Amino acid sequence: MNNLEKYLAVFTETFGVDEERAKGLEYQAIQEWDSVGHMGLIAALEDTFDIMMDTDDIIDFSSFEKGKEILEGHYGIVF
Amino acid sequence: MVWDLDKYSSRMALLDEYGSSLTYCELVEMGKHIAAAVGERCLVFALCENTLGSIAGYVSFLNAGIVPVLLSAQLEQELLQNLLAVYKPKYLWLPIGQREHFQGMESAFCEYGYCLLRTGYGNEYPLFPELALLLTTSGSTGSPKFVRQSYRNIRSNAESIAEYLELNEEERPITTLPMNYTYGLSILNSHLLVGATILVTDKGLMQREFWNFFKEQRATSFGGVPYTYEMLERLRFFRMDLPSLHTMTQAGGKLTVELHKKYAEYAAEKGTKFVVMYGQCEATARMGYLPADKAIEKCGSMGIAIPGGKFRLIDENGETVEKPLITGELVYEGPNVTLGYAECGEDLAKGDERHGILETGDMAQFDADGYFYIAGRKKRFLKIYGNRVNLDEVDQLIKGQFNGLDCASAGVDDHMYLFVTDNAVADAVKEFIASKTGLNPAAFKVVVMDKIPKNDAGKTLYGELEKHYM
Repeated sequence: MNNLEKYLAVFTETFGVDEERAKGLEYQAIQEWDSVGHMGLIAALEDTFDIMMDTDDIIDFSSFEKGKEILEGHYGIVF
Repeated sequence: MVWDLDKYSSRMALLDEYGSSLTYCELVEMGKHIAAAVGERCLVFALCENTLGSIAGYVSFLNAGIVPVLLSAQLEQELLQNLLAVYKPKYLWLPIGQREHFQGMESAFCEYGYCLLRTGYGNEYPLFPELALLLTTSGSTGSPKFVRQSYRNIRSNAESIAEYLELNEEERPITTLPMNYTYGLSILNSHLLVGATILVTDKGLMQREFWNFFKEQRATSFGGVPYTYEMLERLRFFRMDLPSLHTMTQAGGKLTVELHKKYAEYAAEKGTKFVVMYGQCEATARMGYLPADKAIEKCGSMGIAIPGGKFRLIDENGETVEKPLITGELVYEGPNVTLGYAECGEDLAKGDERHGILETGDMAQFDADGYFYIAGRKKRFLKIYGNRVNLDEVDQLIKGQFNGLDCASAGVDDHMYLFVTDNAVADAVKEFIASKTGLNPAAFKVVVMDKIPKNDAGKTLYGELEKHYM
C-alpha cells in the first residue's frame, strides 16, 4: 500500500465510511468524527505512519485534505 | 430566586468566543423580559447548547420561578416529540435555527439567538411549588425519566461547591461540558453565585478555536470527565503553556489511578489544583471531593463529603459499616439530595420523596483517614464518555426495534458490548444504539453468539458474557 492508500484506510476503518465519503470528510460532518472519533483517528494515524503528532497539528487536523497537508508538511510523509 | 444577580451589576457574567457578552445587569434585564413574555410559573422545554442565549434563558427561567426541562439541542426529533407528548410544556426555548421544526407554534420572545415558542398544548400539569428544574440522568436514550431538582437543592449545592473550590468573582471557567449535563450545569450554577465570568463556547478540546479562546480570554479553570483527561493526555497537555489555568476538576466517572496521579503531579509542579470529585444528578451534582492538597497522597480516592453533606456505607445486612476497608453501598445525606424522579406529567406535582437521603448504587470503602474509594456498582449501568447509560434500557430498545432478536448488553466504562444472536443485524444494532444514545459508535462493539447464556429461570447470566470482552 502506498501512503495515500494507508491514509485512506485509516479513515475508512476509523469512521466506517467508504473511500468516496472519506475523501471529502470534515471534522463533525458525521457523528463518528466528533472529539472521541478524532482521538481514535489520531491514534490510528500515529500507529500507521509511526509518528508522534504535536498538539497544534492535532487541533488543526480539521478535514481529510487538511490532514494530508499536515502529514506532508510536518512529518515528511509523501503522498 | 436562585442567584442574587444584582449584587454583581456591571461585572461580566457570560462571554463567548465571538466577543458577545452579557453583564450581570443585562442578565437581570433579560430575566425581566422573559418573565413578562412567559407570564406565570409553568413548564418550558429548553433545548440547550453552550451559547449565550441558552444560558441566559436558563438563568432567567430559574430566577423567575419558571421550570425548565434541560435537553440537548441535538436531541433526535423523534425522542423530543415523545417527550413533548408526555410532558406538554407550555413553551419551548430553542435556537432560532430550529424554529422551522415547529411550524404553527407562535413566537413569544427572541433574544441572543434563542426563541421562545408557545406550544399551544391545552391542559397543563400542576407543578410542585419547590420544583426548580428537570434534568435527564444521562445523555441518553430519550427515556422520559427526569430528576426533579428543587431551588434549595441547586442553591445549597452551588454554595457548597463555591466553598470547597474557594470560588470568587475573579474566576473565568471555560465550558467543556454540555450545560444540560448535571456536571456542566453545576459549573454554571456555582460560578454565577460568586459573580464570576463564564467563558462560553460550543467548541471542543480537539478544536483550534477552543484553545485560542482559552488563551485569549485567560481561562482559569475547566471540568472534565475521565475521557476528557484521556484526550488531554493525547493532546500532549502536559507540555502546553497555559499560565492562566489554576484549577482542573474531574467527575462523571472514575479516572484510572495512573491518570489521577499524572494530573495530580502536574498540578503540584505547576502550583495549580487538580480536584477529583464525585456526584450524581440525583444529588443535584456534587456529593464528594478530594481536596487538592490530598490529590497525590490519596490518589484513586474520590475524597470526602462536600460541606453540608455526609457519607456512610451500608453492608448487605443493612448495617452501617464502622471499620475501614470494608465494602458497602454508599449512602449520602445532604440538602442537595433531589426530590425524586418524574416519569410522566402527573409526577411534576409530587413532593420530596427522598427526604435528604440518597442510596447512590455505588459500592465503596473508606480508609483509616476517612477517605472514600469507589469499588464497583450495584446497578446495571455504564458510564460512556461521562454519560450514564442504563444497560437494561439498551436491551429494551434493541428488542423493541429488532423483532424477535435476543440480545444482552454489558461491558466496562467507555466500552459497551452488545451481544446479539443474529449476524445479519449486527451493524444495524450498533448504528441504532449509537444514534439513540447520541454517542460515538466507537463505544459499542457487537458480538454475535448462538444464544445468550441464561439460567433456568431465563435470567441472563451477565458474568458469562465477560469472557467475550475483547
